[in-house]
Amino acid sequence: MSAYAATDDHDHNYINWEKGFWSWWMSIDHKRIGLMYLGTMLMFFAIGGFFALLVRIELFTPGETIMGAADYNTAFTLHGVVMIFLFIVPGIPATLGNFLLPLMIGAKDVAFPRLNRLSYWLYVLSGGVAVLAIVFRLDTGWTFYAPYSVQNSTAVVAATTAAFLGGFASILTGVNFLVTIHNMRAPGMHWGRLPLFVWTLYATAILQVVATPVIGITLLLLILENVFGLGVFDPDLGGDPVLFEHMFWFYSHPVVYIMILPAMGIVSEIIPVFSRKPIFGYRAIVYASVGIAAISFLVWGHHMFVAGMANLTRYIFSFLTFFVAVPTAVKVFNWISTLYKGSVTWDSPMLYALSFVFLFLIAGCTGIHLATLSTDAHYHDTYFVVAHFHYTIQGGAVIGLLGGLHFWFSKMFGRMYNEKLAKVGWLFLFIGFNGAFLPMFILGMEGMPRRYFDYPVEFTTLHQMATIGAFVNGLGYLFVFGNLGYAVFRGKKAGTNPYESLSLEWQTPSPPAHDNWETIPIVTDWTYGYGKPEDDESHAGH
Amino acid sequence: MGHDESLPPGHFSYFEPEQAYHSSKLGMWIFLATEVHLFGGLFAAFAIYRWRYLEQFNEFAQTLNWKLGALNTVFLLSSSYWMVRAVDAAQKGLNKKVIKYCNITLLFGCGFFVVKFFEYKAKLTHVPPIVPSTHVFYGLYYTMTGLHAVHVLVGVVAIWWVRGLAKKNRYSPVYYTPVEVVGLYWHLVDVVWIYLYPVLYLLAGVSLGVATAH
Ligand SMILES: [Cu+2]
Repeated sequence: MSAYAATDDHDHNYINWEKGFWSWWMSIDHKRIGLMYLGTMLMFFAIGGFFALLVRIELFTPGETIMGAADYNTAFTLHGVVMIFLFIVPGIPATLGNFLLPLMIGAKDVAFPRLNRLSYWLYVLSGGVAVLAIVFRLDTGWTFYAPYSVQNSTAVVAATTAAFLGGFASILTGVNFLVTIHNMRAPGMHWGRLPLFVWTLYATAILQVVATPVIGITLLLLILENVFGLGVFDPDLGGDPVLFEHMFWFYSHPVVYIMILPAMGIVSEIIPVFSRKPIFGYRAIVYASVGIAAISFLVWGHHMFVAGMANLTRYIFSFLTFFVAVPTAVKVFNWISTLYKGSVTWDSPMLYALSFVFLFLIAGCTGIHLATLSTDAHYHDTYFVVAHFHYTIQGGAVIGLLGGLHFWFSKMFGRMYNEKLAKVGWLFLFIGFNGAFLPMFILGMEGMPRRYFDYPVEFTTLHQMATIGAFVNGLGYLFVFGNLGYAVFRGKKAGTNPYESLSLEWQTPSPPAHDNWETIPIVTDWTYGYGKPEDDESHAGH
Repeated sequence: MGHDESLPPGHFSYFEPEQAYHSSKLGMWIFLATEVHLFGGLFAAFAIYRWRYLEQFNEFAQTLNWKLGALNTVFLLSSSYWMVRAVDAAQKGLNKKVIKYCNITLLFGCGFFVVKFFEYKAKLTHVPPIVPSTHVFYGLYYTMTGLHAVHVLVGVVAIWWVRGLAKKNRYSPVYYTPVEVVGLYWHLVDVVWIYLYPVLYLLAGVSLGVATAH
């Protein structure tokens, strides 16, 4: 193990290698860029969460509670725009992906370190421009639907410019990861040995590269439309607003998998370690990951079932949407089979991984209601969609990210958080999250439309449950990030490999040295050889 | 094929220089794929609206100056040829020739902008002026040609940079990555134009049998 340490001096690592703001800002080290991405993203997560709580307070009583209808429109729009474009789209790949990918495949860095830094800079710039959208009070909803969004609005131009820049950052990450995975693997790390997290990053990178340019051109058209009166989406000038929806969702459906696939990868890494069993059906998970990426391009029409579409087209989109369930279910069965007869331990990363499976299952099953044409006619644009979406993104992507953060925390910082507090935080999160969003399924079934400022008195109890749930959820985040934040500076020193993972990234010191490896690691076995006889350890440990 | 010497010491991402060369090429090819999708969205929009407003599209297409467009096609194709010569020279380490061929490429690239200037000027000084909001056709015309022109501009800057490295005698038979990668980009700019030109300028009067439906 120590053969791979870049230096015998274990106090010398990527964090203390150089000091000062500029050494971070100008750094091309994938580990530092990953951390900077994480810090900036979490800041936007807090801002997005703040807007979410504003929305929930406003909905505590029917009619006006703390703000007028116009302010409410701004609050839910900014919640969506900040959370989507500044938090969860860069999401796991830009943070844990950046940090771990080179370590997991035995490389010194990503293929294009300076492009990686440019990606982060573009992301920060995009965040700066997005602040303008907050100042100008964007109120279109995060989907920017035309024709409301093409009426010469400064806020729309600011928000779409921000999203465009963020898209550029996302493409750079995607190109970088694809080339890194193709060209930078250490000897012996062939495709059949790649950790599943790397495989999901690969599938994600394909999505980033293929889908993002389409939203790029769509947003560019929207900007030009606002500035020059282009008329491509404006019915007054002969344009078609539904074309905007098609182009928007051609990206924005696959982007859900940009968010969720890496979370699935994290779960696939955590479950074998805490079950002490090899992952069940490695190949099936690989094919399912790439399969989900491929199918995700063919289902965007399900967002427009009630927006005017030929019946045949609707049947096809509906059928293809059902089809997404197949590879997803394959993964769930593989995770469950991995747990079967394993010696399961309940550390906090595992709690997150298992809650991912549970919550994502609810998300997937309610997706079936929305993919079915007849039921979607009823559920469309109701709270049912809001609940389904949050089970996917918060219950899936965010919980996955948190699982990963807890799992690799000691890898990143060389310290360990308080495990008991981590569990308490998880409990708050889990209860709060379900408390906030389970009532929304019922609200949606009873016909409460999304994005409405007001509601009939009968819905008050369910709305109040959701609001209380949202606050418990928020409290959970404070707990979790308070615990992790404290541990960054004051946590107990952790061993190099506290969970005895066999994966390559754990074979370096924690935190890793600036250059990751002094000599090229040579990989002789796959990542998941748990539960082998002890004398076999020399193989398992690469 | 030569690692990048401008990386700060102590942080090489590559174990082998060869890896760097192949990575740069693969990276550029993937980036070109994203460019195809970027323009693809515009071509798709154009196809949909041409179908919907066939008569107007045919009428307006005839107001575009196909001769200037043809001239620019010649300019871009010629520039691509000289770019290929520049790559070839770089692979042989002939830095002087790289400079010469880059100059010719740049000349054609700038010629493209001169032609474009007169083309846009004629539209904007027309009475009444033809602007992006005149009709969806012109909106798409300005967007497609404008976005393409931005790409030509980026290409010109990149070739200027490649030429600068040649001035410092940086190319040799084992290191010529920048010329090759910028060359790939320049060819894509060319290829996009090869599709743009007929679709915008030459389709006037071609009905593809759709006219009967309207
Ligand atoms: Cu979708």
